[in-house]
Amino acid sequence: MEDYVLRAVEIEKHFSGVRALDKVTLEIKRGEIHCLAGENGCGKSTLIKVISGVYQKDGGIVEYDGESVEKLTPIDAIKRGIQVIYQDFSIFPNLTVMENLAINSELVENRKFVNWKHVREIAQQAIAKIGFKVDLDAQLGNLSVADKQMVAICRALMFNAKLIIMDEPTTALTKREVKALFKVIMELKAQGIAILFVSHKLDEVFEIADRFTIFRSGKLIATGNTEDLDDKKFSFYMTGREFDNAVFKPTNVTKDNIIQVKNLSLDGFYKNINFAVKGGEIIGITGLLDSGRTELALSLFGLKPSTSGEILIEGKETVIDSPQAAINSGIGFVPEDRLSEGLFLERSIGDNIVISEIDKLTKKGFVDKEKYEREIQRWVSELTIATPNADNAASTLSGGNQQRIVLAKWLACEPKVLILNGPTVGVDIGSKHDIHSILQKLANAGMAVIIISDDLPEVMQNCSKVVVLRDGQVAGELDTNDIQERQIIDIMM
Amino acid sequence: MNKRIKKILQQNEVYILIIIFALSLLIQFRSGQFYTPNNIVDILSAMVVPGMFAVGAFLVLLSGGIDVSFPALASLSAYAITKSLLDAEYSGNILVPILLAIVIGIILGSINGFFVGYLKLPALIVTLGTSSVFKGFMQGTLKSKQLAVIPSGMKKFGTSALATAENAKSGLTSVLPVAFLVLILVLIITFFVLRYTMFGRGIYAIGGNESAAYNAGFKVKRTKFLLYVFAGVIASVAGVIRVCMMQQAHPTNMLGMEMNIIAGVVLGGTSMVGGKGTLTGCMLGTLLIVLVENSLILIGVPVVWKKVFVGLLIVIGTAMSAYQVKRADKQRVKLTVDKEVA
Repeated sequence: MEDYVLRAVEIEKHFSGVRALDKVTLEIKRGEIHCLAGENGCGKSTLIKVISGVYQKDGGIVEYDGESVEKLTPIDAIKRGIQVIYQDFSIFPNLTVMENLAINSELVENRKFVNWKHVREIAQQAIAKIGFKVDLDAQLGNLSVADKQMVAICRALMFNAKLIIMDEPTTALTKREVKALFKVIMELKAQGIAILFVSHKLDEVFEIADRFTIFRSGKLIATGNTEDLDDKKFSFYMTGREFDNAVFKPTNVTKDNIIQVKNLSLDGFYKNINFAVKGGEIIGITGLLDSGRTELALSLFGLKPSTSGEILIEGKETVIDSPQAAINSGIGFVPEDRLSEGLFLERSIGDNIVISEIDKLTKKGFVDKEKYEREIQRWVSELTIATPNADNAASTLSGGNQQRIVLAKWLACEPKVLILNGPTVGVDIGSKHDIHSILQKLANAGMAVIIISDDLPEVMQNCSKVVVLRDGQVAGELDTNDIQERQIIDIMM
Repeated sequence: MNKRIKKILQQNEVYILIIIFALSLLIQFRSGQFYTPNNIVDILSAMVVPGMFAVGAFLVLLSGGIDVSFPALASLSAYAITKSLLDAEYSGNILVPILLAIVIGIILGSINGFFVGYLKLPALIVTLGTSSVFKGFMQGTLKSKQLAVIPSGMKKFGTSALATAENAKSGLTSVLPVAFLVLILVLIITFFVLRYTMFGRGIYAIGGNESAAYNAGFKVKRTKFLLYVFAGVIASVAGVIRVCMMQQAHPTNMLGMEMNIIAGVVLGGTSMVGGKGTLTGCMLGTLLIVLVENSLILIGVPVVWKKVFVGLLIVIGTAMSAYQVKRADKQRVKLTVDKEVA
């Protein structure tokens, strides 16, 4: 028999009649890196909570180190060497790094008083385990996301962890930070610690995992070695659908430029940017985090007005110094952080969709309820937003569906130019494809679409040309038909 | 700039200290009355009750909550104790009133603690409600009216001097009451609790990230409950001391103090959303408010303008700390970008 750290066999879990887990099985070998993948709402998080004792299972067997356990609390799980690093890391931004590291073990030891010397010793041991260098007296809130994550990892390692579960650990990290994280994960593996890595990013799964398990709608779909997996299978397992990854070919390109940018500059961020987009075209703007790509996007929508240069809309010079001016000139903008900048999370889905065209839905200055409802229904069905009721709060939707609402909101005001900053960040594969096909449909209907993204496959697949920014300047404008991803990276760096 | 100096300049306490110092110099130059022994003693003695209230308010703010019921709690407790001891013709020393204050503080504080901690209701609503209930109970059930006479033991405690100071020029003397020691004691206990007990660290942890505190294994409900009980005890004792120092029990004259007290605590750098703040800052903020309330009169600022000054202080103080947060954020962004480039 093989040596498993954890076996969860035929686990069932119901929530008020809804079956969240339908006899799913997950087996993790000692010291392996195992990737658990699946779209939002597939039951990944539920299973993690069952394993870590937060939820009680309704059926099935959970075995730790070959020993079956009926009832489990979070503290039991910790004592058995199971550690979960949640997406928000469960850390205290207001306390020092030292205290964050030590606080759990202080609580496990059931101390009543704090011995600061002891706290420092614990913290030093914790960071020594993976050679993490950090100022123990720094306030945690002042650290970068990657360093916060390292603190969470160090903290998890303190209880003789045998299995560390990381819930989507790479979501908020830059490429470089992901690399550093993977190095740490490999080191942990070398120390014999198993890692359960939850992710829906294909490239990460291939890069790091030994084995994988994929869930869909609460069911086990596939499990096996990563060598036997490829792109196509992965997407199919995740979504149950086949996708063609065909490159988008614009069919309806206008003769004239819809938007043209001439020598646009914003002091300290970018300078002398030139590019033009025709109707029916999708172009990409890419570059590293500090290349000025985000600021450029904000300028085009009037959020950070440029300091010199011109923006021409349909050949006319246009001053865009506020979002209002941008909207009036026919520019729509989907921000990078849709949660805080693009949506009213607590308001209903419907309200979110029609917010930017509310002026059109009035009768004598008051909102026309009938028109309002009709408009909402139209967009919900047109963009296939998966919701039982448009009155539900926007926060109840998955990432992909939220992004669709942000899109719907803009499409409702019929922009000529649509700018999207990181349109599919944190969105699962299925929704990503759907969003891409929506964008392609829009382009074919004559809209000029600008995608700002560092997801190069996305850029390659959708855009006919790509503007690469480096240190605030255009480092190259390339036709995506003639080049490989590698070449873009070379120019970016 | 030197790293250490930079770190010091990021602390709110330094700015408050500078403002206090500047204000004191202004008063000194205009009136020559600030740096006199009796004025210093007067200010210290005026700090006793607001200082204790501030500690309670500070602890609650630190946990991410807020307590606006402490003046009503203190009034009810102080009035009930004074009245019943008078009725019982109590003639002993201060210990019994203080013990009673602790017991009543525990009872009333646990009402707040139960609703906020165990029922997870919003602290502002709960304490607004209990504030009203405490007041109503005192004025309705106990039919409170001003008590011009208080038990002899309380009176003696209120007048006994720890130190006396005389102003050589004017011949005025001021007395620092023994009650000042109670404030010192409360400060020492609170400092110890916050720094060296898991309960105290739990208050910081809950204020910083409540769900993380729960995940880490803190007993969040119990910690909050005990916190409101602790704050209740401090307020209740402060109420009795106030009666002792004033030599009379006036049922309503503490009511309404909550705003200035909380303002002082926030001025001292305590975050309104919890998790951040120091006891030193809390005391300095309170001192600033007490100075404005008591000493502006020395430079001929009419009493009616006092409120304007307090209001201005609050606006400027909070604006300053907001500005600092913004600056720190900017620095952080720069830091991560630098790292990305490196």
